[in-house]
Amino acid sequence: MNPRRKKRLTLVLALVLGLGATIGLMLYALNQNMDLFYTPTELVQGKPDGTKPEVGQRLRIGGMVVVGSVQRDPQSLIVRFDVADVGPAVTIKYDGILPDLFREGQGIVAQGVLIDATTIEAHEVLAKHDEEYMPPEVAEAMKKTHEPLQYSEEQMQGSVQ
Amino acid sequence: MIAELGHFSLIVALGLSILASIYPLYGASVGNQSMMRMARPLTFGVFGMLLLSFIVLCWAFYTNDFTVTYVASNSNSLLPWYYRITAVWGAHEGSLLLWVLIQATWAAAVAMFSRGMPLESVSRVLAVMGMISVGFLLFIIVTSNPFLRTLPFFPVDGRDLNPLLQDPGLIIHPPMLYMGYVGFSVAFAFAIASLMTGRLDTAWARWSRPWTIAAWSFLTLGIALGSWWAYYELGWGGWWFWDPVENASFMPWLAGTALMHSLSVTEKRGTFKAWTVLLAISAFSLSLLGTFLVRSGVLVSVHAFASDPARGMFILGFLVVVIGGSLLLYALRGGQIRARGNYSLFSRENLLLANNLLLVAGLLVVLIGTLLPLIHKQIGLGSVSIGVPFFNTLFTWLMIPFAFILGIGPMVRWKRDNISNITKPMIISAAITLPFSFLAIMLFTDSMEPMAILGLVMAVWIVVMHGFELYQRATHRHTFMKGLGKLGRSHWAMMLGHIGLAVSVIGMTLVSNYDIERDVRLAPGETIQVQGYDFNFAGLRDADGPNYDGYIADFNITRNGKHETTLHAEKRFYTTAGSMMTEAAIDSGVTRDLYVAMGERLDDGAWAVRIYFKPFVNWIWFGSVLMALGGVMAISDKRYRFRKKAKVGNAKAAKQAEVN
Repeated sequence: MNPRRKKRLTLVLALVLGLGATIGLMLYALNQNMDLFYTPTELVQGKPDGTKPEVGQRLRIGGMVVVGSVQRDPQSLIVRFDVADVGPAVTIKYDGILPDLFREGQGIVAQGVLIDATTIEAHEVLAKHDEEYMPPEVAEAMKKTHEPLQYSEEQMQGSVQ
Repeated sequence: MIAELGHFSLIVALGLSILASIYPLYGASVGNQSMMRMARPLTFGVFGMLLLSFIVLCWAFYTNDFTVTYVASNSNSLLPWYYRITAVWGAHEGSLLLWVLIQATWAAAVAMFSRGMPLESVSRVLAVMGMISVGFLLFIIVTSNPFLRTLPFFPVDGRDLNPLLQDPGLIIHPPMLYMGYVGFSVAFAFAIASLMTGRLDTAWARWSRPWTIAAWSFLTLGIALGSWWAYYELGWGGWWFWDPVENASFMPWLAGTALMHSLSVTEKRGTFKAWTVLLAISAFSLSLLGTFLVRSGVLVSVHAFASDPARGMFILGFLVVVIGGSLLLYALRGGQIRARGNYSLFSRENLLLANNLLLVAGLLVVLIGTLLPLIHKQIGLGSVSIGVPFFNTLFTWLMIPFAFILGIGPMVRWKRDNISNITKPMIISAAITLPFSFLAIMLFTDSMEPMAILGLVMAVWIVVMHGFELYQRATHRHTFMKGLGKLGRSHWAMMLGHIGLAVSVIGMTLVSNYDIERDVRLAPGETIQVQGYDFNFAGLRDADGPNYDGYIADFNITRNGKHETTLHAEKRFYTTAGSMMTEAAIDSGVTRDLYVAMGERLDDGAWAVRIYFKPFVNWIWFGSVLMALGGVMAISDKRYRFRKKAKVGNAKAAKQAEVN
């Protein structure tokens, strides 16, 4: 092999190795970090193609917070609430501060781990950004039942205290 | 009447830019001098008309002209005047007008500062920039006109600006970011113009370098500002979320960084030409892609103002024309590009190429992470999201070889070098870097995090190697102090840029490994201790603003009994927009930030409170400022000052390039 070809060969080999390593790493990282989205109905009854998440799986869920379902622990920040779309509700457990725009009856998206068939331990809860925004996935799942919500009396009082 | 004036000048600007994209180009191809000379006046004309139109829109906001739909839906008579002005770019239509105004500004700047360039090149470049503004002006006039009226039934008051955007950070963040985005259109226009002629010489690289660096500096500042804004305004204490909208601005930055470095090789060594052109095309295409992602409503975020499908389709079509057209031109003409330099395996060229590839690999990671969820959904596999660890893992791995090469790159000679020449500096630097990083982590933190050590090693390695390089360069011919004075501005620019990166890396490493985030339940009078600081919740008081009801929570912070500071965290309810906002209180310092943000009110008077300790977080933004300063230094280097005597200058510049 002449030196010119040798140089090219090393370059090509390096490129192939580098590219391979990057793609391999990327696939591995993707596998670990891809979270599927479910609506509460899909979580309970399975997606149209019949897949249901397993306990311990990371996932995202989106739905409306069921009115009257928010329960707070008096000692800590742990909060439990139910979300539902058009079918059954599932429970979300969260330890932390809920976003400013979290309200009962409001659309939210939570990201977390399924701890039993209908309970999710969330590590992130997202609410809409402003009056017009609703998580698009939720909007799609519940086009029929959505009605815009206002601040409750209590929340209004909180702001003028 | 005044609003119609703005609308009219917008249409005149469209007409002028159509002329600007045809006449000079045709003139250049047939060699008609008078047609080519039209390029400059036409460009100035477009700029003038757009400026007028923009001022008119500002005026409509300033005078609360709610007969204009755009004003009515984004402003309110209670809004302070400075937020009324910034509300101009607070939503879709106005921000596009700003976009196209800035694009015209860049074009006018090119027309102004290109006296040393041959008329033919200038007219081609200005024509390409004219085409870009035609596309965007059409977009504004057809789908998102800010001057539409609400008549005859106009509202008495407006719907107010999104409260998140009522913040000083917003006054400068979008203009900065747009300066960067649109600035890459200059590099793009240069690349396309030279592809048309098939002449890609070093002069081309020298002309487009300062423009690219300027755009890159603006983009760096714009991204840093956005990250800083998210940090203090969103109230979560995060500085980067790998949110699709952030990614949209980060991708052109990565491409721009690669382009900037590859341009330097093209200018000095005459190689990598095809690669440079491809990078110039990608940097601008990614800016457009970013605009598409953010503005089309494909993504939902604070930036996605409108989800009108017509707009999305228009930008998508524009994107296809620009990217497809330029890549087609590249495919047709790219084959004619001949590199003349040759270099061996271990040379500065190859090291720069390696880091270029790493930057592009990072770019692909971000691109895939951003677009995959969209594709996944479109092909019917259900919606997915890609978690933050995906980006963090991959960027950490890419950063290791990147930082290593960044450290040694400047010490390696162009064309050919021996590894043995730099073994000594490498060994010495490693002998400083490794123990220093270990000791720093061991002595100043409570736990040894391997990732923290790794990050610190990378940053310190870059700094030490650059210090070494500075010393070697300065003592090459003179004594150290005298040699230091003889170094060119572009050398200092490189130093600043690279060390700025190292500073940012230190900030990111330490804050991601050692920050403490405590969400706690606190009632007035209670105290909690975080990292040696005692946070005492003193009480609540009212603080209403012009367009919101608010109240302030006071926190007295003490350390070992000594008073440190008092923080005032705010909670605001914006009555017109109907939304609740959190204003975090931050005590900034060189080595740490103390961060308090109010959550929600719980029963029996207690509050959910976020109390964060953020070590070295300000270094992230300080590093970005250093990088941008590096860019300023590089542009001010004397070899970019265009003079009339371009022909003599060419030979001189070539000589200078050899010296550098």
